[in-house]
Amino acid sequence: MSLLQIDNLTVEFETSTGWFRAVDGVSIKVDKAEVLAIVGESGSGKSVSMLAVMGLLPATAKITADRMLFEGQDIQKLSGSERRKLIGKDIAMIFQEPIASLNPCFTVGFQIEEVLRIHLGLDKKARRARAIELFKLVGLPNAEERMHAFPHQMSGGQCQRVMIAIAIACDPKLLIADEPTTALDVTIQKQILDLIMDLQARTGMGLIMITHDMGVVAETADRVVVQYKGRKMEEADVLSLFENPQSNYTKALLAALPENATGDRLTTVSAFFDGNPEPAPSAGASA
Amino acid sequence: MSDIKTTDTMLEVRDIKRDYELPGGFMKPKKTLHAVKGVSFKLERGKTLAIVGESGCGKSTLARMITFIDEPTSGDLIIDGKKMDTRPGHLTSDMRQKVQIIFQNPYGSLNPRQKIGDVLGEPLAINTDLSAAERRNRATEMLIKVGLGPEHYNRYPHMFSGGQRQRIAIARALMMNPKLLVLDEPVSALDLSVQAQVLNLLADLQDEFNLTYVFISHDLSVVRYIADEVMVMYFGEAVEYGTRDEVFSNPKHEYTQTLFKATPKSDVESIRARIAAKKASAA
Repeated sequence: MSLLQIDNLTVEFETSTGWFRAVDGVSIKVDKAEVLAIVGESGSGKSVSMLAVMGLLPATAKITADRMLFEGQDIQKLSGSERRKLIGKDIAMIFQEPIASLNPCFTVGFQIEEVLRIHLGLDKKARRARAIELFKLVGLPNAEERMHAFPHQMSGGQCQRVMIAIAIACDPKLLIADEPTTALDVTIQKQILDLIMDLQARTGMGLIMITHDMGVVAETADRVVVQYKGRKMEEADVLSLFENPQSNYTKALLAALPENATGDRLTTVSAFFDGNPEPAPSAGASA
Repeated sequence: MSDIKTTDTMLEVRDIKRDYELPGGFMKPKKTLHAVKGVSFKLERGKTLAIVGESGCGKSTLARMITFIDEPTSGDLIIDGKKMDTRPGHLTSDMRQKVQIIFQNPYGSLNPRQKIGDVLGEPLAINTDLSAAERRNRATEMLIKVGLGPEHYNRYPHMFSGGQRQRIAIARALMMNPKLLVLDEPVSALDLSVQAQVLNLLADLQDEFNLTYVFISHDLSVVRYIADEVMVMYFGEAVEYGTRDEVFSNPKHEYTQTLFKATPKSDVESIRARIAAKKASAA
């Protein structure tokens, strides 16, 4: 049984010109201890599909799926309070903007203890001890003093470490990282990725890494799903994706990497497949 | 390119420094922050210098000094063979026209209440005495040059995607026919596929107008693609400076080596090695 199994997920938003389909029939499966990367450019629906799993989309969004199983249990059928018990405990998420996703009005210590209080019901002393332990685990220097720091007193990398500490506070079975390093420098990115991968290997949790950076995919993933305009273009293990990409869109993405440049101009995605995102065979069939 | 004279120096920076005074408070002495601690370099016409470094290393301060937004504390700035007098009130519009800047965030650098046509026409209205019709013509021409169309003239910034907005920012910078363009992380807010388009556009424009670029970035794969010369900054100092091939094949400073190690590798060999390492540690 896989950890998370989503079949035929569709998410629509109502706009002034009718319903806009942000995610169009996407199926995703993650096993225990597996690292799945979802790649796509902005607007490809990669974040929206995961927010749908978390139940964090606004009530105006229309979410339909044949199945949305977490450990064999359909999370669509859960009541609000049952779902809230699951979210943040067994499924946790790290967001893109570390400074924006922490509450500026409370110390980071308060924010991590809040999770421990609500989900685990620890007493004050145990909460504090566990929070300090978590801060040490994610590599925050002076963990005891940091408990009293506000988000604005810390750098972006440190805030992201706090976010990771909060996400792993209840030993989640599935961690969803939504562009965890996009706002960070290369050297800090390396540290944060190493930290996430190290935690994943140690705890054996499932990990979904949402990103648009092919480099991050290459460094972290076991399996990769490529999304474009709300649809799944390709699914493959990481090596075959880079070695032998099947869909035209993936080929275009890889060709657009500056390190794969041939000649003095880059191949752009639009030049590669002229707006026809269908897999390769159709090109030969039409000729 | 051989018919164009490329050996002359477009930009020379000599031992430039910038200090910021941090105000003290009660019982707290004033502090001086040395943002840029004496940087020197020379850049030939038509070439690209990439400045690499992490946030807070002073690379954006350097860009602000080259574009006269910030005044250097000391040091010389020589543009197109002329020493620039950067004291407030001594800048001429002539000097300002030669150097233009493109900012990182195309969502923040355009006025949301100004139509694209006015964004592009404004530099002409201030600096030249062209008629409104001529300004409109020039703006439309520039829109086409950067890959947009005349139909975009009357639209507002929010109607464009990130890549299109960055094209508009590039068009605005080019309106006064500058010779030197400072690009402060111009593609780091863009998607991979859009990034490729904008980088191609920049390369096309450089060929067409023989522009000189100072390209600030923290993405080494982009730098390797676009730069002729590379400078690595660390805590306000230039720790490494050389041609692209020198820096990439033989990084000397410890920080540069760290930077190279931290850059994600997406070649098949590295992925294979990573998967093998993971299997070994799991067994």
